[in-house]
Amino acid sequence: MEFLNRSSLARIGCVALAVGLASPALAQTQGDATQAWVLPRTPDGHPDLQGNWTNATMTLIERPPGYERALTSEQVAALEGDRAAFIEIHSADSDPDREAPPVGGVSWGDSLDDEASVLYDQTSALYDAASGGTGGYNIFYIDPGDRVAVWDGEPRSSLVVDPPDGRIPPLSPEGEKARSELEAQQAQFGDFDNPENRPLAERCLLSFGSNAGPPMIPNYFYNNNYTIVQTADHVMIMTEMVHDARIIRLGERTPLPAHIRPWLGDSWGRWEGDTLVVETTNLPRKQLNGNRNFAGGSDHFKVTERFTRVDEHTINYEFTVDDPAFYSSPWTAQVPFKALPDLVYEYACHEANYAMSNVLIGARAQERGAAEEGRVPR
Amino acid sequence: MSSGFESPVRVVGRAVVGTLLVAATLASYGCAQGTEIPRTASGKPDMNGIWQALGNAHWDIEPHLARPALALQPGPVVPVPANEVLAFGAVGAVPSGQGVVVGGEIPYLPEALAKRNENRANWVDRDPEIKCYLPGVPRANYMQHSFQVFQSESKFFIAYEYAGAVRDIYLTDPGPAQIDSWMGQSVGQWEGDVFVVEVTGLIEQTWFDRAGNHHSGAMKVTERYNMTSPDHIWYEATIDDPQTFSRPWTIRMPLYRNIDPEARLGQFKCVEFVEELLYGHLRKHPVGQ
Repeated sequence: MEFLNRSSLARIGCVALAVGLASPALAQTQGDATQAWVLPRTPDGHPDLQGNWTNATMTLIERPPGYERALTSEQVAALEGDRAAFIEIHSADSDPDREAPPVGGVSWGDSLDDEASVLYDQTSALYDAASGGTGGYNIFYIDPGDRVAVWDGEPRSSLVVDPPDGRIPPLSPEGEKARSELEAQQAQFGDFDNPENRPLAERCLLSFGSNAGPPMIPNYFYNNNYTIVQTADHVMIMTEMVHDARIIRLGERTPLPAHIRPWLGDSWGRWEGDTLVVETTNLPRKQLNGNRNFAGGSDHFKVTERFTRVDEHTINYEFTVDDPAFYSSPWTAQVPFKALPDLVYEYACHEANYAMSNVLIGARAQERGAAEEGRVPR
Repeated sequence: MSSGFESPVRVVGRAVVGTLLVAATLASYGCAQGTEIPRTASGKPDMNGIWQALGNAHWDIEPHLARPALALQPGPVVPVPANEVLAFGAVGAVPSGQGVVVGGEIPYLPEALAKRNENRANWVDRDPEIKCYLPGVPRANYMQHSFQVFQSESKFFIAYEYAGAVRDIYLTDPGPAQIDSWMGQSVGQWEGDVFVVEVTGLIEQTWFDRAGNHHSGAMKVTERYNMTSPDHIWYEATIDDPQTFSRPWTIRMPLYRNIDPEARLGQFKCVEFVEELLYGHLRKHPVGQ
């Protein structure tokens, strides 16, 4: 298909150049800003999803106990207000005369009232793990989102909307079996025995096992940024962390052999009206099992994503995971992607991954120290 | 003419025809007018597709003979492959290349030339490709891996197979690069049918090839992508780095489209492939011990 299009385009030749300089798409985006927003379209008539986007949000993937799907305006004000206060406090200049932090640092969660802390669990755990409590990562580095997710006007308490309780469904019996096999396999090793025992993000292989996906889920810490480029036959989605370009082919799927499982799987897209629908299979288990937001998946994991541009600043991104060999039922989440007015910088991670060496060196030093003292290292 | 000797007039005539052919070739090389290249809706050359440089520039961008290995050690008679690469045999040998540097040689300043030679002698320890580091520009464009161009009316983006490197080539200049980076900041504009990209904000850690050719953090690269047929782009990169070179210099080579309609950009996420090299000695139980 691609080949035919290119040949027919080629026949137009150089002569077309002179007449084609003013593109309708460009003219459209340069329109009067005061006019009502008009869905921008590419030259072939599809909605234009291109640009930089972020899915950073405070709304967690699963619904905390005691919440309805829709947050009340009081809940939104409390949650966002608390986040704003945290950012303000931690954006202040450091006191040069401050004391050293206590051993283990100060947990973010300690500074929150109980009402607000329920939605912070994930972010605060990450912040603490990244030595935020001791000043390792300060607020300058992190960007966990300061707004709850709003979908078609409804502020949400979870990204998962189906099952209706907002929780990822339990594993199927097959999934339970696969999960315990994986855990048994992992239990052979200590967390710091080998580089392969560290999480994908620490190895500079994939975001926090979260953003690149698919499905693309915010990581509740930083760098939830994406660049989308659209051509007649491809949609490319680059995840800032770790500069992963997912290449989505448009058209009829040419299946990959079952054993060919690229890190981001094999994505094929089609337009259903003004919604881009992308189906991905062939995801490798090492990717799915490294995901922090869900329990993993089988070789049959299929994710169907739907991208609908709903206003100037928003793409409604919905995905459904279908993996009967792992989950007891399909599940669906809705994640707004917001326009990012900034540039996306290079996330060169591996090139300066001193942390990996240091983590392993530290573990070996602890082992030596423990051996000298005649105790078992933790 | 049965004598077997050619008429001088005919010889001259052939020379003239030859010159005309050369002239015609040069004309088509410099300008795509008259060739049927694919075009975007707004009439720009459409470079969407998967591209790859053939040839051996990724080994050494200067003219070079084949040699036994990238890392050598003195032998009793001639240099022989270093122990680190000996097991590769012919697979580890360097194929010859006519070079892609216009004029043949890179105009190094004396100190920079000495550093290049030192880099070459210490290739195993120093080549960033060995560690799967991002390749930088222009090296990314002529590695043995392909790259894919995603070009629309508003974007020009390159995804590279090697190390999953990417470049978002801005069509609007955002001003000076705010930070230096491995792939730099690229700003592109059309000069007629030629896509001209200025790359700045490059860090000094990248190389040009596997032969130790290097640059400083002051390097500016000006690339020219000139589509001369539906399946060919003449690629040029002019290197401007007064801290390393006595004058600007240029590399030039064709890029070829992968014409297989089923072609896909492969994935070479090599970070996991070098974990043993970089961290193997830090395992709880190092392999092989």
